[in-house]
Amino acid sequence: MTDTTQGAAAPQLPLKSKKKVSAMSTSRTHLYVSAGILLVVLVLWEVLPTALDIPRYIIPTLSDCLAELGRMYTFDRLVSHTASTALYTVIGFAVGSALGAAIGYLLGMSPFWEKVVSPYILALQIAPKVAFAPLFIMWFGYNAMPKLLVTVLIVFFPVLVNVLQAMRTVDRDLVNLARAYSLSRWQIFVKIEMPSTLPNLMAGLRIASTLAVIGVTVGELVGGNVGLGYLISYGGGQANAAMVFNAIGLLTLIGTALYMVLERVETRVLHYLPKAQH
Amino acid sequence: MALEFRHVIKRFPSKTGDTLTAVNDVDFRVEQGEFVSVVGPSGCGKSTILSMTAGLYQPTEGEVLVSGEKVDGPNAHVGFMLQKDLLLPWRDIVSNVEFGLESRGLKRDERRARAMKVLEACHLGGFEHHYPYQLSGGMRQRAALARTLAIDPEIILLDEPFSALDAQTKLLLQNSFSKVIAEQKKTTLLITHDLSEAVLMSDRILVLSERPGTVIAEINVDLPHRDEPLKRRALPEVSEYAAQIFAHLKLEEKAF
Repeated sequence: MTDTTQGAAAPQLPLKSKKKVSAMSTSRTHLYVSAGILLVVLVLWEVLPTALDIPRYIIPTLSDCLAELGRMYTFDRLVSHTASTALYTVIGFAVGSALGAAIGYLLGMSPFWEKVVSPYILALQIAPKVAFAPLFIMWFGYNAMPKLLVTVLIVFFPVLVNVLQAMRTVDRDLVNLARAYSLSRWQIFVKIEMPSTLPNLMAGLRIASTLAVIGVTVGELVGGNVGLGYLISYGGGQANAAMVFNAIGLLTLIGTALYMVLERVETRVLHYLPKAQH
Repeated sequence: MALEFRHVIKRFPSKTGDTLTAVNDVDFRVEQGEFVSVVGPSGCGKSTILSMTAGLYQPTEGEVLVSGEKVDGPNAHVGFMLQKDLLLPWRDIVSNVEFGLESRGLKRDERRARAMKVLEACHLGGFEHHYPYQLSGGMRQRAALARTLAIDPEIILLDEPFSALDAQTKLLLQNSFSKVIAEQKKTTLLITHDLSEAVLMSDRILVLSERPGTVIAEINVDLPHRDEPLKRRALPEVSEYAAQIFAHLKLEEKAF
């Protein structure tokens, strides 16, 4: 994935033509090798389980999985399960990172409260968030709330911590410059602190996007009857390994899609950074 | 007169709990349109003088006056520039130049017009939509000067603006700064540790002692071409002036 983006960025770099060609060709080579590995893995996946006499309920072959995918599509409302998981991943991610960013900025503006609250933040950050899922089910019942809460909680911290860290390291001279130009506290926040912390915020969001899928999956695994997480526990109960494989594949796809969208947004928003820096 | 320090003392609380005197009884004045340099060993409180002029903090004793008014906070009379250009990387050059104007209640197109005019004066026409990372160090410093001039300050404070540049860029930039400053008739206080830079650019040089910094000598640079350091550089007297300052600084060292 990183290879392809670098390849796309390469023509914009003011490299000498010779270098450009070699950069292009190495990124091509990466792509070919990656695709080659994928092909090998798929072939082995198809051939080896049968050759080694591994039963279908332990490791289903690629064609088993594809057949099961078709069956799930027809009989198990696969599309609506996938859509539900994707939806809650996005909602949880959006709410969690908005909260994380907001509280990160608030604490970043007040060193006093940051000091007061930081031990609790650390404790909550260390606590395994997924372990809260059964509690949330006890509190809110078998609905969308528990998985959303787990997701929000799990997404919250990397964003918060990244923003807080960035707020601490905003260039003091830039703030002084703004003060010398008589900018108000709010203007300093909007014009200096917010944009200065943007690269860290984006990094936090990228980490958070990969965690969001975990949050929703755990929530669905523990309780409820919708979503890919539910299909995993359902498939597991029926010794239907192909169903579990498929659900995992789709979850990965959702996470990857979210990550790639964020990567796009990041290159758009941080266009002013020299290419090599990100 | 444009700037006056009246018996200024600045003390800071140090880490060990004692107080640290950064500058002691600093007393000088800068006339309208004058270019004055402050030289001294590192840690002599040069930047403290700058920060107090900019109003970022107040003197412990004494007072600082800009155009006869006591400085008691950041104000529009003073524009300052540091070794770091402090351009905002997420803004293009013209928006960077507009930055200082944004708390002034000017209309958007007035700001833009003013910024473009200053960019022209600083020979940066055509680069207004470039981003800082696309410019060389010298051009970035010129952009920072443009930003400083855009607010039309009565005094410009320059805190070692050339010290991060290579030798050739430095000479060219000193020349272009001097020209622009002379054209705009700005009162300027340059803080530097480069003795020849002080001689090349100034009307007058204040020599500071080691900490606690105080003015130990005042040298009038009686040479032509203040607006063209490259020409002044060719004069044989330049090295005599530099030697004179050097002697002052050396003397102070021996006294310790």
